[in-house]
Amino acid sequence: MLTASAILTDGLVYAAYLFIVAIGLTLIFGVMKILNVAHGSFYAFGAYGAATAVGIYTNADWPAAIGFLLMLAMGMAIGLVLGIILERGILRLVYGKDEVIIVLVTYATFLILEDVIVLIWGPQSYAAYQPMVSAGNIEIGELVLSNYDIVLVAIAALLAGLAYWALKFTRYGRLLTTVIFDRETAAAFGVNVTLVYTVTFVIGAMLGALGGAVMAPKIAVTLGIGVEVIVLAFAVVAIGGMGSIEGALVGALIVGICRAAAVHLVPQIELFVIYGVMALVLVVRPYGLFVRAQPRKI
Amino acid sequence: MGGRGQLAGGLMFLFAAAAAPLLPDWVVSLVTIAFANALVVLGLVVLWRAGLVSFGQALYYCIGAYAVSLTARWTGFTDAFALVLIGGVAAGLMAVLIGFLLARYREIFFAMLSLALSMILYGVLVKSESLGSTDGFSVATPTFLGYAPHRDALGLALYWLTLGVDAIGAVLVGVYFRSVAGALAAPIRDNEIRVEFLGVSVTSIIHIKVVVAGILGGLGGALAALAIGHVDPNMAYWTTSGGFVFVTILAGAGSVAAAFVGSLVFEAVRSFAFDVMPQLWQMTLGSVLLLTILFLPDGLGSLVARLKRRREAKS
Amino acid sequence: MSAILVVRDLEKTFGSLVAARDITISVPAEQTVGVIGANGAGKTTFINMITGHLKPSKGSIWFEDREITGKPSREITRLGISRSFQVAQIFPSLTVFENICMAAAIARRAGGVWGNIASPVHSGAATAEAEATIELFQIGRYRDTAANTLPQGVRKLLDIGMAVVGWPRLLLLDEPTSGISIEEKFDLMNVVMSALKARKITVLFVEHDMEIVARFAERVLAFYDGTIIADGTPTETLDDPRVQELISGVRLKPTAARPGHA
Repeated sequence: MLTASAILTDGLVYAAYLFIVAIGLTLIFGVMKILNVAHGSFYAFGAYGAATAVGIYTNADWPAAIGFLLMLAMGMAIGLVLGIILERGILRLVYGKDEVIIVLVTYATFLILEDVIVLIWGPQSYAAYQPMVSAGNIEIGELVLSNYDIVLVAIAALLAGLAYWALKFTRYGRLLTTVIFDRETAAAFGVNVTLVYTVTFVIGAMLGALGGAVMAPKIAVTLGIGVEVIVLAFAVVAIGGMGSIEGALVGALIVGICRAAAVHLVPQIELFVIYGVMALVLVVRPYGLFVRAQPRKI
Repeated sequence: MGGRGQLAGGLMFLFAAAAAPLLPDWVVSLVTIAFANALVVLGLVVLWRAGLVSFGQALYYCIGAYAVSLTARWTGFTDAFALVLIGGVAAGLMAVLIGFLLARYREIFFAMLSLALSMILYGVLVKSESLGSTDGFSVATPTFLGYAPHRDALGLALYWLTLGVDAIGAVLVGVYFRSVAGALAAPIRDNEIRVEFLGVSVTSIIHIKVVVAGILGGLGGALAALAIGHVDPNMAYWTTSGGFVFVTILAGAGSVAAAFVGSLVFEAVRSFAFDVMPQLWQMTLGSVLLLTILFLPDGLGSLVARLKRRREAKS
Repeated sequence: MSAILVVRDLEKTFGSLVAARDITISVPAEQTVGVIGANGAGKTTFINMITGHLKPSKGSIWFEDREITGKPSREITRLGISRSFQVAQIFPSLTVFENICMAAAIARRAGGVWGNIASPVHSGAATAEAEATIELFQIGRYRDTAANTLPQGVRKLLDIGMAVVGWPRLLLLDEPTSGISIEEKFDLMNVVMSALKARKITVLFVEHDMEIVARFAERVLAFYDGTIIADGTPTETLDDPRVQELISGVRLKPTAARPGHA
């Protein structure tokens, strides 16, 4: 019984983390058809930025809540700047090329940014556990939960709700939906696709960085954290269906629960299970759970 | 590659083979590693011609390497020729299996699904004590049909073995490129519907490409394992695959030779750059990749072709 | 003459939409059949079902006394049915010769996985076949031109040439003259039809231009609302009052083909 509830809570927390990093990836893919490998860099930059923020507020002895907000703000600000630089500086040059070529471009960008991190923050690791500690724990029956994890789940739920609301009920969201549905027609009807691209990419970048920022207290902020994230986020997005927000949510839940189950029951397959689930889903539904293949007309 | 190109390639190989005893050890080992990796790149060229990129080619590389090391470890069998063959066959069998899943995908799905599959292997290796876990293990010193060289002689023997396997691989891939299965690369990239209506299963043609690339990847991994003398899970990690993709894009898919030259240049630059500025190595890689895609979309190989055309236009 | 193609009670539905229904015809070998009908009348759906691009919801298709209903298109191609497309389906990055040679090599290769690997593209036979087809369709001056730079008419001829190089017995042409200027249409059809006659190929061609239909078809099928409303000689079909009302709109004498193109 304890194991079951532990699997459920661990799974939920892990799913929250996965969803936060995957939503930006799937948003950018849905609108721009770009699989952004540099999303891992956004995550890493966000985490490093948050670590810096944690350093600032612990030194200044500010209250924890303000420190937490500073962390998030720092992450999103970094995402904003990086997103604008990449979209305007690099991606703009390769729009219209093969999807695979654009993946390679984002891969090249990712490589460059990995070393930029070293140039800015140096090769050493950072610890940013303070927010996690000051948040404290809560006991529910025999289960001990970190309040920080609960906040994490809340943030993920908030993002999911926000994304749903923004796409359904705001002008920009409806604009996005038309671009996703048919880029050419949207452009023909006077939608400024260039602007939509820039805004979407920047929002995606900010979400990626936000993911890194909220995760920073839970991990050791060190070189190479971006690498794993991009592969994980891709697995989540592929399971749900590339470009689908609800797909990312369901994918994150599936992967989160499966991984937690593996960790508690058969720890040897922890890493294997994520990609195993992904391969299994793709065998049955080649384009993920929420996307259907479009047959070509002749 | 025309007849003259093949002749030139053959002469280069003979020259490289003959020059070996005169070269310093570090050059011999650098070229051995570069030419082992070149086979993996050649496999990626096979896919790239059809517009497919695999971000998980390290899967076959790693399987080839582990097949060599495990066979030697478990059976005590150390003949290099047989071990390399076993590496290629093991990776080829895996590619046959994976091909059933992978051949249905194109573009980024193909790229990322192959990545995920290689990460499965990485995950399994890291967590398996019996397979050496994160440390991997060392590879037994190989023998060559009973001949058991040591030190410098071993380096030379592995160098010649690698050259030999490369030469056979290059010739066979050349033949493959001229077959229906091999030549159906640009047509598949251009127009799959037409290929199907000509009476060919695109899926099965891509499956063949996956297997060819897998075998080449396995052979490369097997040779690399013997040359390095050690295998570990990082051989399956996606950054390893990324390196191979990098060389492929840099060299271009224009010719078989480009894979070898590209791999050699990459390995040479890496060994120097690592000494001079280890912290900026990835940035260098990324910048070169970016510039190649932006300004030389058909790879460095296309520069040669462009020069040749200019010369022909003059004469 | 025995029938090369027999279609019985063919029907195709997409959800509640009926795209084709009650199609029953029989085509004797070496006949040239024109297919007319407004857009959405079910002509392309009909061709897509025969060539295996769409699976019929009901009914059966027989080619040379062998049932081919629902078989994949590549298998149907191997049995001897080829097609061309409304929008020419070619390999843009290859030259005209490479396009046709590829098609020839594919048609002549041995079966199975090994056949694909073991058959060279530029075998003597495939090369000769390709050259002959280029000659047949009179596109020799474009032999080494990249297909993505070809004029529209040559693209069409190349598309049909690729379908013909494998010696099919039945060829389905989906609007061979679409995208071609009125002045060029008759020249194009002359080249195509004499090439097909030379190879004794049974032809079904979809066409909107009634003059072309009248000039080149021996028999005309008129499609309306997913089914065939008239089937007969060009004169019979084109004079049918329902055809005139629903499809052609104007009355046209088949003998009124424009001079200078016959």
